[in-house]
Amino acid sequence: MTMTKNRDITRQAATTNDVASPVCGGECKFITRDVNVFYGEKQAIFDVSLDIPDRSVMALIGPSGCGKSTYLRCLNRMNDLIDICRVEGTFLLDGEDIYSGAIDPVLLRARVGMVFQKPNPFPKSIYENVAYGPRIHGLAKNKADLDEIVETSLRKAALWEEVKDRLDAPGTGLSGGQQQRLCIARAIATRPEVILMDEPASALDPIATARIEELIDELKENYCIVIVTHSMQQAARVSDRTAFFHLGRLIEEGPTEQIFTAPREKQTQDYITGRYG
Amino acid sequence: MTDRTEQKPSETAKDATAENAAADIDANGRIDWHSPQMLARLRRRHAANRRMKFIGLAAILLAAGLLSILVGSLLKSGLPAFRQTFITLEFDLKPELVKPDNMRRGKWRKIVKEGLLRALPEDMRNNRKLKRKVLKIVSRSAPYALRDHVMKNPHLVGRIIPFDVLASDPYDQFNKGLLPEYVGAGERKRPNPKLGGPEVVRAFRVLKEQKRVSLPFNWGLFFNADSRLPEAAGLAGAIVGSFLTLLVTFLISFPTGILAAIYLEEFAPKNRFTDFVEININNLAAVPSVVFGLLGLSLFIGFFGVPRSTPLVGGMVLSLMTLPTIIIATRAALKAVPPSLREAALGVGASHHQMVFHHVLPVAMPGILTGAIIGMAQALGETAPLLLVGMNAFIPDISNMGITEPATALPTQIYSWADSPERGFVSRTAAAILVLLGFLLAMNTLAIWLRQRYSTKW
Repeated sequence: MTMTKNRDITRQAATTNDVASPVCGGECKFITRDVNVFYGEKQAIFDVSLDIPDRSVMALIGPSGCGKSTYLRCLNRMNDLIDICRVEGTFLLDGEDIYSGAIDPVLLRARVGMVFQKPNPFPKSIYENVAYGPRIHGLAKNKADLDEIVETSLRKAALWEEVKDRLDAPGTGLSGGQQQRLCIARAIATRPEVILMDEPASALDPIATARIEELIDELKENYCIVIVTHSMQQAARVSDRTAFFHLGRLIEEGPTEQIFTAPREKQTQDYITGRYG
Repeated sequence: MTDRTEQKPSETAKDATAENAAADIDANGRIDWHSPQMLARLRRRHAANRRMKFIGLAAILLAAGLLSILVGSLLKSGLPAFRQTFITLEFDLKPELVKPDNMRRGKWRKIVKEGLLRALPEDMRNNRKLKRKVLKIVSRSAPYALRDHVMKNPHLVGRIIPFDVLASDPYDQFNKGLLPEYVGAGERKRPNPKLGGPEVVRAFRVLKEQKRVSLPFNWGLFFNADSRLPEAAGLAGAIVGSFLTLLVTFLISFPTGILAAIYLEEFAPKNRFTDFVEININNLAAVPSVVFGLLGLSLFIGFFGVPRSTPLVGGMVLSLMTLPTIIIATRAALKAVPPSLREAALGVGASHHQMVFHHVLPVAMPGILTGAIIGMAQALGETAPLLLVGMNAFIPDISNMGITEPATALPTQIYSWADSPERGFVSRTAAAILVLLGFLLAMNTLAIWLRQRYSTKW
């Protein structure tokens, strides 16, 4: 009850003020305002307002338990699955409030794809892994169409050459790095606008990590990518903008270069120089 | 530093094994790994290890020993029933005895008696005492078996045909060496009255010398219906009855159980009501089966008027019993599906229903099937509720069995046989238990195989 009430209030505020974004003007994919997230009584995120530009990479960094993953999971309403989780605030995807009921969460998750920390392909064939999303959303008219979507997605995920001869083999039989790229292909297959990545390389070795990072670099030509990472080098390498979270608050957000070379806040400075975290 | 070494003993004083814990830490805080206290503690720890291993091994050996005594005694008394004594005789099918126009009124006993006497030498044939008792050698069912054979083949009338007839139960036992020729000892030693007297035993010996007595595998145990005569009694009625009952149980409890579990685990809101339902399902699993039998008797038979003694009502009662097992196993299997798979499915935009039926259920299926089969195996061995709904009918004819016809089941058949006074039923009962155990073993093997074969490799 309280949840919907609070959300109504914030939404009204958002629409009447007609939130204009200072960082990305008309090119903002996501505009989020006054985000508060609670797990039961415990508040995990405090008043976070963040704008995420299209066709770029936004990195969320911060020590463990700082709320960056929680924030990320709000963007495609994955937190809905947790009974005790309560989300307040405004989330506008292309100007539409994703929590208002205007967008069904099922369709939202097709538009906002997600790649998880641990590669989690379905225990089905490689082909089925990629084809599943398009099939349930009815994105392919026929088999040939679906085959094409599968091929393009696997190509974009830089996996096609390695698996084109064994599309019927189980996806779980691939190596860790290949599995993660398969998960990226699976996310791409529903033609999302945004791809959320929750520490996508933390379970991978350095070579596989490098491939994923190259891939992120290519994907940002077409997609808005939000990546949570523990590795500051990774954030520095792949992202255009970086947001630093600490204890559930957004401490600082800005172009990656500025965050890493000339942070405005002392906390950011301490974190990126490794004083804590 | 000194503070700490002084404090340590008082801190750990309650821990009996660490009474002298700090004794081997010197003033510099260095630990002496080879101090006598340290070594003694280490020995105690290893001894505890060995003790635990020994006790565990002893428990397993005890269990295995008891099990082998059980199975051993069953085999000892049950194995003889897997073979059956037959006697090959020639029967003269004289038309005046057969009565070809109405064979049911033929003098079949007389034909069998003559067949027996024909095989015996002249002097025995004329022994009046033997003449009176010679039919003791063959089963009382033999005349009917011969009649049925001739009714099926009417062209045999008027001929002399060889035919295998069942030996009577005492002579079957005697032939297997399970029944002594004499009873009593010393002064009171006398011929065993069950065998009908020494002249009948002599006649049987003659038949045996003529190689007319055989001891083949007892197919009748599986293909004959029940009978009052142990030598003719078989498990066919019970096997068919158990199969029909389990079929009803499966059809009711499998879909209901799985759907209930899916709803509770995946769709139901978590609140007091669903907690209450969950607790009661767990309680139901612990309710004694006889209570379900009473429920079936009063509700299904008494109130709804389901025909009694039938596989239908038996299956309904057993499905009440199997439901909690299936629900609990299914919920456990669904819970065991890794959350990452659910996230993966929802992450590409699958609806809740699609996530459950496309991804979670296939992964959980081996576990669900295992639980269901184990529940069915439990139901197969259940006796009390079936007795209460009257599923221990005497079924001498299996030609018209159906789910609404009176029937019996394997465990209730065992129960009735165990209650029978005839000696032949002792080994028949043990054999029936072995057959039941065989079915249970087969079902559990199937469950294990399904789990191995279809479990998802990650």
